[in-house]
Amino acid sequence: MDDATLDGNAIGGLLASVFGTDMTMAVSTCGSCGAVSVVAELAVYRPGLGTVVRCRSCESVLMVFVALHGTTCTDLMGMASLS
Amino acid sequence: MAGTAVRGRLTWQTATVSRITRETASAVTLRLEVPDWPGHRAGQHVDIRLTADDGYQAERAYSIASAPGEPLTITVERLDDGEVSPYLTEEAQPGDQLEVRGPIGGYFVWEAETGGPLLLAAGGSGVVPLRAILRERSRAGSSVPVRLLYSSRSWDDVIYSSELGFPAEGVEVIHTLTRSQPPVWHGYARRVDRQMLAEVAWPAADRPLAYVCGPTNFVESVAAGLVGLSYPAERVKTERFGATGQ
Repeated sequence: MDDATLDGNAIGGLLASVFGTDMTMAVSTCGSCGAVSVVAELAVYRPGLGTVVRCRSCESVLMVFVALHGTTCTDLMGMASLS
Repeated sequence: MAGTAVRGRLTWQTATVSRITRETASAVTLRLEVPDWPGHRAGQHVDIRLTADDGYQAERAYSIASAPGEPLTITVERLDDGEVSPYLTEEAQPGDQLEVRGPIGGYFVWEAETGGPLLLAAGGSGVVPLRAILRERSRAGSSVPVRLLYSSRSWDDVIYSSELGFPAEGVEVIHTLTRSQPPVWHGYARRVDRQMLAEVAWPAADRPLAYVCGPTNFVESVAAGLVGLSYPAERVKTERFGATGQ
């Protein structure tokens, strides 16, 4: 985690557009280490072409969002659960 | 939970800049008119999207500076290498239109029934959502005790300095100026550290709620410091603005 790392607050709009509702208070469980966190506190990286969300405990990738031609492609395979 | 739960608009709407107020050499407050604005909660933000003539789009999130019920305003700090902030702070004129999405957020929010005492910690432009919280506290007639610890590089960088100079009853504002101070300055003159937090933060036994906002390094350091003072992690809310060159 470096000083450019954001958190789930910064992608609240993106998440709302993908999930249809505010997700910053949703509870995520990491599929790798089991750490539980509200989405607002997850580590978020925006390298330019997409958005990567990582577990703060083990840095595993939880979610990836990439926008292509007006469609957002979403990969949630790193999450054990999101509620 | 009781209290307002304003549903954000998930689609982009057109906003018109109706008023521009310069706050500091690098920060500007823009009032935005949005048809059918649904209202917002203190602490929420909006996403702003600009589209260039060649179709290139840039999107950024900006915290709402006004309280619920007040006109929608955002305060933007110009980043030298920014894609959106140079336009918003130096070129935007009343009448200009931009796209806005929101209001967004359900975590970094406060209303009177959330309670306190509150420890608000701001690094630079991180003061924006905390100022919305202070305005909401006044608007709602809340008397929860508040301490705002506000870190800035110099007095010229302090946003809302006049407003914060006359805080409401029960609100204390503690500044720290990290790079340069005015000739006669009796306040803190260094980055927030454990010692300063120990002197300023409410004791954990008072069951305070903390909201920490600003550059990522600032937020990480202050949040860790508060946990070190026995604040439960779940009572320290954080909003990171990334690396802002502070």
